[in-house]
Amino acid sequence: MAKELWKGNEAVAQAAIRAGCKYFFGYPITPQNEIPEYFSKHLPLVGGCFIQAESEIAAINMVYGAAGSGARVMTSSSSPGISLKQEGITYIACAELPAVIVNMMRGGPGLGNIAPSQADYFQATRGGGNGDYRTVVLAPATIQEAADLVQEAFDIADYYRNPVVVLADGMIGQMMEAIEWRDPKKRELPQKTWAANGTFDKREHNIINSLFIDAGDCTVQNKKLEEKYRAITQNEIRYDLSGDEEPEVVLVAYGTTSRIARAACIQLKEKGIKASLFRPITLWPFPEKALHDEAQKPSVKAVVTVEMSMGQMVDDVKIAVNGIKPVEFFGTGGGTIPTPQQIVQKIVTVVGGK
Amino acid sequence: MAIVYQKSKALTDAELHYCPGCTHGIIHKLVAETLEELGIIGTTVGIAPVGCSVFAYNYFTCDMMEAAHGRAPAVATGVKRTHPDLSVFTYQGDGDLAAIGTAEIVHAAMRGEKITTIFVNNAIYGMTGGQMAPTTLVGQKATTAPYGRQKEHYGSPIRMCEMLSTIDGCTYAERVTVTDVANVVKAKKAIKKAFTLQQQGAGFTFVEVLSTCPTNWGLSPLKAIDWLKDNMIPYYPLGVYANRTEEAK
Repeated sequence: MAKELWKGNEAVAQAAIRAGCKYFFGYPITPQNEIPEYFSKHLPLVGGCFIQAESEIAAINMVYGAAGSGARVMTSSSSPGISLKQEGITYIACAELPAVIVNMMRGGPGLGNIAPSQADYFQATRGGGNGDYRTVVLAPATIQEAADLVQEAFDIADYYRNPVVVLADGMIGQMMEAIEWRDPKKRELPQKTWAANGTFDKREHNIINSLFIDAGDCTVQNKKLEEKYRAITQNEIRYDLSGDEEPEVVLVAYGTTSRIARAACIQLKEKGIKASLFRPITLWPFPEKALHDEAQKPSVKAVVTVEMSMGQMVDDVKIAVNGIKPVEFFGTGGGTIPTPQQIVQKIVTVVGGK
Repeated sequence: MAIVYQKSKALTDAELHYCPGCTHGIIHKLVAETLEELGIIGTTVGIAPVGCSVFAYNYFTCDMMEAAHGRAPAVATGVKRTHPDLSVFTYQGDGDLAAIGTAEIVHAAMRGEKITTIFVNNAIYGMTGGQMAPTTLVGQKATTAPYGRQKEHYGSPIRMCEMLSTIDGCTYAERVTVTDVANVVKAKKAIKKAFTLQQQGAGFTFVEVLSTCPTNWGLSPLKAIDWLKDNMIPYYPLGVYANRTEEAK
């Protein structure tokens, strides 16, 4: 298929429609507005429904209702809006509903700004809502990868009955790149026999619920979720490893920042510093073992994490490296984008060089 | 022996958890009878709130969902917009609907969501132990208004039927009560009308039911009914507030 030029946000929406998502509930916030705008134009044409809700809170609860009745559904927002959705996300996780949530991150905390940022890593991977739950977190670095992962996100959500977060940033949302439309790998998806979509007098009533008033019952539900999260961790970890096979330094970066880190690697090579780039594609489950193995290589002097945040993923990197090598951090917070030169400078101070 | 009365098929065998004298049970029964009489148990999804009726999902034999506090109208929107052929209702209390969920109910009405909301107003937060609600009457005592609700501090109670009736998307809004047989019959009629309108494709339908809370009002069930009649009905008059149906035109 010929390549087409797509804006990130629009590609995300089109990818969802390609994946059979006919329902979108959202609320305007920059820098992701092209997602709801695209859906509002195209969903009516495919017999779907777009609703601009009164708030992000309402939107995520519409997602809960739609997902609970068995529909393929998604919402999108950007950082402060995602904060508002956290209540709904923890209910969706506990009720075990499949849904896709896209976060085009912007600068924070608070109202922050509308510039690209990666400061919602904690919120996405730790859960900004209450209780023990996990969301699968997919972090595309290109528009192509965003289009691929959004499509697959629906299958992952359906397969595990779990919310999936696609965590990108304003840069990926706003820029245009040439992409090719392709289908995700085929998964056998279970029937949604649990959905509350009418008994039609043929079965007992289905109940979509996150209330387990008896502590014993709630513990059982927590254990059930834990087992599911273990299966996801076993099956769904993804990462990309590139660069020198015997690196002195391992750069760890995801999404937009990984592309800047890639440019930094080229400059490092010119300086005679051997570097590899470890790019997590799933932020949860985090590719812990693969990163540990990379860090363990005898050539590695240090692991350097680069983020558009004040240091969030670096916690997971430290857990993965587990003290076998020093872990350093370089980050830019508040919507500032790091330059390759800044990254190179940081690495030179860590491992030496000209 | 001839059967003269039996429990609605829309009610499960679960034992209701409501306090003695609480009128939630009657209201559940009226909703259940309506679903059965309209033949829509199998094609209905109900949305339970947070509050006293949080366990409503256990009591109805139709498919049910439990929503976050106040969000039932948004959840119902998600169900209805993806399954327009289903009947969808929310069952909400006054803390849920008139405080934390005000935005959701107003906007569901504004969009003319084709759902039915049963709003149970007992002028207090029951489940959490008798705190002041937006519907608590001026002077009425609550655990967070130990001196009685003071107008200068909290304003006057909100009247949801009146407010929602100003919205074009609200096809039908009626306030009823279940204090005696005559009113129970009227309440049933209102609930059935709302569900029937929904089936006919009308917009948002809303039935507010004035209800008692003997436990948190600190009154016997009978005295609670008297208190409702003497205090709530004067402030929350019964009647039809919105009727934008074809027959009304």
